[in-house]
Amino acid sequence: MYFQLAWRNIWRNPRRTIVILTAVIIGVWSMIFLGALMRGMEVEMIRNSLKTLTGNIQIHEKNYRDDPVVENSMTDPALLKKALKTSLPEGANWAMRIRVSAMASNARHSSGVTLVGIDPAKEARVSFIGKAVTSGRYLKTEDTNKIIVGQALLDKFDAKIGHKIVLMTQDMGKEIASKAFRIVGVFRAEMEATEKEFVFATLSQAQKMLKLKNSISEVSIALKEQNLDGREEKTVSENLSSILPDTVYKVETWQELLPMMREYLKLFDNFIYIWHFVVFIAMGFGIVNTTLMAIFERMREFGLLKALGMKPLWIVRGVITESLFLLILGIVAGNITGIISVMLIDRIGIDLSALAAGVEMWGMPRILYPELWTVDVVVANLVVLLLGLLVSIYPAVKAARFTPVEALVKI
Amino acid sequence: MSIDVKMAWRNIWRNPRRTVLTISAISFASLILIFMLSFQFGSYETMINSSVKISTGHIQIQAKGYQEKKSMRLAVSDPDKIGGLLEKIPEIEAYTFRANGFSLVSSRERSYGVLVAGIDPEKEAGVSTIKTLIREGRYLSEKDTNQAIVGKLLAKNLRVTVGDELTILGQGRDGSIAATVVTVKGIFSSGIDVFDRSTLQIPLKDFQMVYNMRGAVHEIIISGKSLKAVSGIKREVTKNLHNEDMGETAVVLDWMELMPGLLQGIQMDLVSGIIMYVILILVVAFSILNTFLMSIFERTREFGVLMAIGTTPGRLIKLVLIESMSLTMVGIVMGILFGSLITLFFQYHGIDISGAGELMKQYGIPGKLYPRLSLISALAGPIAVFVITFLAALFPAFKIRKFKPVEAMAHV
Repeated sequence: MYFQLAWRNIWRNPRRTIVILTAVIIGVWSMIFLGALMRGMEVEMIRNSLKTLTGNIQIHEKNYRDDPVVENSMTDPALLKKALKTSLPEGANWAMRIRVSAMASNARHSSGVTLVGIDPAKEARVSFIGKAVTSGRYLKTEDTNKIIVGQALLDKFDAKIGHKIVLMTQDMGKEIASKAFRIVGVFRAEMEATEKEFVFATLSQAQKMLKLKNSISEVSIALKEQNLDGREEKTVSENLSSILPDTVYKVETWQELLPMMREYLKLFDNFIYIWHFVVFIAMGFGIVNTTLMAIFERMREFGLLKALGMKPLWIVRGVITESLFLLILGIVAGNITGIISVMLIDRIGIDLSALAAGVEMWGMPRILYPELWTVDVVVANLVVLLLGLLVSIYPAVKAARFTPVEALVKI
Repeated sequence: MSIDVKMAWRNIWRNPRRTVLTISAISFASLILIFMLSFQFGSYETMINSSVKISTGHIQIQAKGYQEKKSMRLAVSDPDKIGGLLEKIPEIEAYTFRANGFSLVSSRERSYGVLVAGIDPEKEAGVSTIKTLIREGRYLSEKDTNQAIVGKLLAKNLRVTVGDELTILGQGRDGSIAATVVTVKGIFSSGIDVFDRSTLQIPLKDFQMVYNMRGAVHEIIISGKSLKAVSGIKREVTKNLHNEDMGETAVVLDWMELMPGLLQGIQMDLVSGIIMYVILILVVAFSILNTFLMSIFERTREFGVLMAIGTTPGRLIKLVLIESMSLTMVGIVMGILFGSLITLFFQYHGIDISGAGELMKQYGIPGKLYPRLSLISALAGPIAVFVITFLAALFPAFKIRKFKPVEAMAHV
């Protein structure tokens, strides 16, 4: 019965209820919507850096990450292949690469780049490069002196497809190795920095240039499921580590490979929760104030109820139920508007390419798609509901304390 | 004090609890806005200053097209003449010359492609902070020849330390081969990985000889007395260059043009901040709208009586608006007071962000962040709060016009 009573009570003054509901709705909406935008940014940032060459898991010679030179290569790809075959889950892809820093130059310009030697077919299933070539063509296994460069590098070098570019680097014998390549394709990437940094040639050509025989610098593994919780990465990398001797190999997940990304995620998490809290305080004042008003104008009523023998606890319960209804209404409407606006934006995305240089600086995606996480929605709702009930205790207790005699004389 | 203001003030305190809650909501919003805006401004300033101090300077004079192409050939041929012009501008604190060439740098064991910069050791110290960032060995001096300072990560990659030799192999301004051997004199660490991984500096005179520059440089870097002076200096320098007929070949670029990413990054951060603040203010506005509504509807009888004895509705609206606005003003003033105090506290002590330290370092922000209270950051937020609360107060106030004395008096 008291549910019905509470429900009717909040609609005794519809204008007031609607005003405070609006405050709660805007608050909940902003928590959900802005939270989804931040998550979208976060997810896109991780996907980009995973696709850009990291993959979910990488295997290196154990000193390579500290000192990425050709001497620290893995000399036994056959063993790696065997280990990969036995321990990778279904749907996972892997690719072997050479990765070495080099100097690229043509007649007019020179610049530092990273030469990546790839197996064209395998690489296409692991990283972005398979789909990123926008003019010219992708590499073929039988290519001898062909190379793919980024659009930004091509512009910087005043070069065109078909032009030559010379790469210089240090080979296994610590001699300077140099080789001329012909540009066959140009790729575009999310970040201009990626376009400037990487050039791609075939694995066999890179091995020949560096006198590496069949050694490789890294194995990159792309898992089928792209969950961000890192559980699958962990089991797979543990499996691999148990097969590969740790005197030579080091298996790392992207969380270990990109510590920066992890810090970003922590920052985002904190930010979302701070926002929840600030918004809640802003509406908390309104909730307390409105409930107080509703109490004080009903002072006589509470006095009468008490005089008739109603227990103080029941009055507390009644008032809290009223704000419970209010909060639930606000939360439901806030969720609906939040989810609808997320869905609307999700179709088109927020295009940030007008601010490309700024986007690049923060490492953000050019087009932002919101991403709704159940956990964020649940947390937002719980914050509003629980804290909202908590602050309503004050007016509720106030109402229960009215003494019948005093309250009844009040007009 | 006019009778209206006196009445309004007394009316507010007829319900002290409600008034205190409403004032708290308003001052909370003002406080948060002041602190957040100061925080943002403070970090922008740190970011700008550290980028400016480490590499680009406030303003640069370059040959036309150099900024985009970074080509060896696009050089400013008569730097000393321009230097003479710069001496005469009082807002310029310091200036220096730099020349850059991308080269292959090899130690006994390793080779890396690196941007070799020729710097004027004495003048450079007035513009950039590199001198203070030396961690091992010493900074370059005027008389040094064939000496270099390198970034910490580069030194690690090349496996060299102070006293080791490096071979530099690059392309000269005329396309000839540029080669030399230098000794590492010092190792610096700025905390910005990209910079520490790819920078090697040698004295400008050596650079000009090795790279066949014939006295030319690529960048003339100017540091102004403050960030605010930059646009004035830029105008002055551009004018002087035109007078000397160098306006065709040389361009003057300020830090926003030199680092478009930094400027846009800041704009984006500011815009997303503003969106959040507007939402916050809206939530607050609806939170307190009820106070304004109630203060009118619970006094319907009273207004009826006042109107019956001849008070015009206009005067009542004025009264009600004075009430809500003085409420807002008290809240805002308190918000500004406490907000400024909190901000000043952190401006003095700094906010420890060591949790995200590595990340922030890459944007040139050191271990602590200092909010920066300014007139704008202290007033922009509260003014926005004032405007929005005023709009929120208008709506109930105009309801008074619909009141009819008789009906209103009959209202319970």
